[in-house]
Amino acid sequence: MVKVTVDGIEVEVPPGANVLQACEAAGKEIPRFCYHDRLSVAGNCRMCLVEIEKAPPKPISSCSYPVADGMVVHTDSPMVRAARRGVMEFLLINHPLDCPICDQGGECDLQDQAIGYGMDHSRYAENKRAVKDKYLGPLVKTVMTRCIQCTRCIRFASEIAGVPELGATSRGENMEVGTYVERALTSELSGNLIDICPVGALTSKPYAFVARPWELRKTDSIDVLDAVGANIRIDARGPAVLRILPRVNDDVNEEWLADKSRFAIDGLKRRRLDACWVRRDGTLQRATWEEAFDAIAMRLDGATGDRIGAVAGNLVDVESMLALKDLMATLGSQNLDCRQDGAAVDVSRRDFYTFNTTIAGIEDADAVLLVGTNPRHEAPLINARIRKRWLALSGRMPVFAVAPHAELTYAVHWLENTPRALATLADESSDVGRTLRSAKRPMLILGQAALTRPDGAAVLAASWQLAAATGMMTPDWHGFNVLHTAAARVGALDLRFLPGPRGKDFTGMLGGGVDVLWLLGADEFDPARIGRNTFVIYQGHHGDHGASRADVILPGAAYTEKNGTYVNTEGRVQRGFFATYPPGQAREDWKIVRALSDRIGRRLPYDTIEAVRARMEQLNPVFARLDISPHFGVSDMTPPAGDPSAIGTEPFLPLFQTYYQTDAISRASPTMAECAAIYRPGMAVAAE
Amino acid sequence: MLSDADRIFTNLYGLHDWGLTGARARGDWDGTAAIMARGPDALVEEMKASGLRGRGGAGFPTGMKWSFMPKQVGERPHYLVVNADESEPGTCKDRDILRNDPHKLVEGCLLASFAMRAHVCYIYIRGEFHAEAQRLQAAVDQAYEAGLIGRNACGSGWDFDLYVHRGAGAYICGEETALLESLEGKKGMPRLKPPFPAAVGLYGCPTTVNNVESIAVAPTILRRGAAWFSALGRPKNTGTKLFCISGHVNKPCNVEEELGIPLRELIERYAGGVRGGWENLLAVIPGGSSVPVIPKSICDTVLMDFDSLRDVKSGLGTAAVIVMDRSTDIIKAIARLSQFYKHESCGQCTPCREGTGWMMRVMNRMVYGRAEPEEIDTLEQVTRQIEGHTICALGDAAAWPIQGLIRHFRPVIEERIAQYKSGRTMRPLPMAAE
Repeated sequence: MVKVTVDGIEVEVPPGANVLQACEAAGKEIPRFCYHDRLSVAGNCRMCLVEIEKAPPKPISSCSYPVADGMVVHTDSPMVRAARRGVMEFLLINHPLDCPICDQGGECDLQDQAIGYGMDHSRYAENKRAVKDKYLGPLVKTVMTRCIQCTRCIRFASEIAGVPELGATSRGENMEVGTYVERALTSELSGNLIDICPVGALTSKPYAFVARPWELRKTDSIDVLDAVGANIRIDARGPAVLRILPRVNDDVNEEWLADKSRFAIDGLKRRRLDACWVRRDGTLQRATWEEAFDAIAMRLDGATGDRIGAVAGNLVDVESMLALKDLMATLGSQNLDCRQDGAAVDVSRRDFYTFNTTIAGIEDADAVLLVGTNPRHEAPLINARIRKRWLALSGRMPVFAVAPHAELTYAVHWLENTPRALATLADESSDVGRTLRSAKRPMLILGQAALTRPDGAAVLAASWQLAAATGMMTPDWHGFNVLHTAAARVGALDLRFLPGPRGKDFTGMLGGGVDVLWLLGADEFDPARIGRNTFVIYQGHHGDHGASRADVILPGAAYTEKNGTYVNTEGRVQRGFFATYPPGQAREDWKIVRALSDRIGRRLPYDTIEAVRARMEQLNPVFARLDISPHFGVSDMTPPAGDPSAIGTEPFLPLFQTYYQTDAISRASPTMAECAAIYRPGMAVAAE
Repeated sequence: MLSDADRIFTNLYGLHDWGLTGARARGDWDGTAAIMARGPDALVEEMKASGLRGRGGAGFPTGMKWSFMPKQVGERPHYLVVNADESEPGTCKDRDILRNDPHKLVEGCLLASFAMRAHVCYIYIRGEFHAEAQRLQAAVDQAYEAGLIGRNACGSGWDFDLYVHRGAGAYICGEETALLESLEGKKGMPRLKPPFPAAVGLYGCPTTVNNVESIAVAPTILRRGAAWFSALGRPKNTGTKLFCISGHVNKPCNVEEELGIPLRELIERYAGGVRGGWENLLAVIPGGSSVPVIPKSICDTVLMDFDSLRDVKSGLGTAAVIVMDRSTDIIKAIARLSQFYKHESCGQCTPCREGTGWMMRVMNRMVYGRAEPEEIDTLEQVTRQIEGHTICALGDAAAWPIQGLIRHFRPVIEERIAQYKSGRTMRPLPMAAE
């Protein structure tokens, strides 16, 4: 540790830290624009100047100056203050000062620092600079005249997002940030540019002129549009969710958020189910809760348990699934499933279906094998972690993929794209296998595209065996990972929302396998596969695929409208909180199930969400462990059920056609529709 | 006065053969292997003892700079980079070396690289120096052919490769770290220091960047000895230097002289004196556009070396003496320099990016007196806000000429403003907004 004295306060910081970090450790806030602790140091805004004794007698930029033992730093000397005032004046002379019409107003670093270091008038009597706005796609709005050339966006795009598409053209005063050839940024993380821009140069296009930050009600929650479980903050005004921002959680999303999670929220206002509907005379008609419950009760009356089935969708909270599972139990049904994609799964051990390395654990890995997955589309934040690790190892971390070819923002060795490659890798003589074996902490990421095939169970077992054979599993390292894409999936598996011993699975319930089918937000399948005479109850929040086939529709709440528990792909249990009321007659989902149970005389034994959660913990103690990173090794190498030799020869296929539309919310979102149109495969690029 | 025997650049004017034969006749490439046989550390010590200060403008002792390189070659190779991006207004010394005495530079590259244990040297030459780049490349080719560089250079057992790289004509690429960025194929923007190039330079490897003149004089110093070189000039300002005298003199020229020669003697002896006589002198910029102007009263007595000029709040810089007689509109002259710096700022640091444009615009108005007297103080403060607040020295270089102007010619500016206010001056044509 290095001892540094900051304004008389002695602090110890690790060697290699910079002076700015030392000042922060001493509790001294240093103004900064270009410095961002997750990006490389540019040192160009010159706002973080401090005075260092025994250094050159001039203000020194603290973000780029390494600490030395015995260093004495002054952060508030007359020289420092004068220097910062000078820099602030320079930043403002060409800044439009259009705060009243700027979306960054109220949460703008420049505005905040100008209070501390700005002058009350301008000495600049010349014409101000104006810069033409740039087009960066449908998500990021630019007002480039406000740009202070801090280059954070350039560094974010090239370092974190891995799309070196932004840069600065021209020099001096004429320096402009842009893409050179005008085109939309091809990143699933582009929304983060809005967060890191310290001024109003990059703002949210869908959110433009919508609200001021102080009007918003802020609620902590968990994102459900992929299985990463990114920590988010829901900003709402009145009944409307206006924007979603990431919260810092270094173990999950750091401070980033994927674009779908951030921008799909306009889907929350469209195609919503805000009333009960009951099919009468072949058409769906509006109904009251009583009428809807009556219709269900009538149909359930006399139905035997084995002719009733329930399917949980991808966005559902654990509480609702628990209520539905308990209801099905009271009805004597074992026909439960949470896998509309028919993914192979073995729930006898939790590490057979979770991301065991953990997301933060990726930063310890030194070799990666991707099987049947495109993490960039299935979990952009996990992809960003892999890139981060790859960059930290100077691009020398070997990444192999048995998957369809895709641009993943890091160098990938593409292997033969069939499950056979797994067998080849397990072979002692294979070069790639040797590379994996010689790595200290290799990891394997198994995507859903590999499990949702007829030979899914075989691929699961073969992957586990490969992981065991290549030293990916040791008593202190678990390199076997299943990457989920559905936010509800791991919670559902923890809850065993799966067919009972004599129960039918999802496919078994379709095609007339059951007489009454309860779809809890299940939209990811072709409803035509449901048997003609099956009575379908759809409970959910969007009028999507499932609702189109329903006989009774029960309007539920979206993730922003309820208190819910979600388990991410790592097995991390997290809770989201209620931010806005569900529209119209819609209610929280577990309450709907609870109310119906009362109507059919099979009352579920809980009245409060606490009681529901107590029941959850009773079923599986993992639900009691909130936000714990389950970092562990493995000693029992017994593989999951499945015959590894039964692997097929068909190539793995991409899981998603487009990243932007994968669920009921994003399909209802105009913004996501626009993105899907712009970023369609084979998108046209203008010639240079 | 420097005797001909002590001159290093004996073909400065291109009167003789620039090629290998001519260079050998002038003593270049003589016993190079023997010099190298003394070992790298001995060469560095010799350079230190000579007291040579870097000829690129900052005047940092060259031997000391060489000694900053790691003593052992580790994982990463060492590099020597020669800065031939001579762009400082008023300066044209490196150009004459490149076209008339290129072998001095090539031999210097070999010896300096050897002293710093570098097997590869790059010469980054200004893009506009087209003919010079060709001449230099021809000299490099000659040296390769004669076995003077390349594998087993000069028979010394040292492998040495020399590459000439042409820049694209940006002033900022003459800043050593911006030069390295440019050489790596990136946008020429100065890097943060520390780390210094001797630790993390070209491609992240230990690198020394030297000016053409510093490297070109090295062979002669090593051949004739540090004692000879340090006997010339003044203490701490030893040796000879190329001076570029331009502007209102009768015979503008490049000339090699001892450091510490009086400015007046330099101008009168070599440049044929100021146009209209010494009394017609208004001011001199003694070291290229980046250093503050000094008025005649100082020019009368000042000596041309690093320390003497620093004492009068100017600098030797590149020793490009720009002479201005009384016909000069000094405000306009400095305003022109402000335009130059505004045009050449890389745009990285806030103070320089925003400040150079601000200063230029105020200066442009002051040329016509279209300003308020208080604005002189504001302008002065703006220069202070830029100076020392940026990553590289371009901010300082942009600020100093204006500081020099205000320090010595404030009454002229005030008079111009008063004139404009009284309506006695020619008004500029109205300009549309930018």
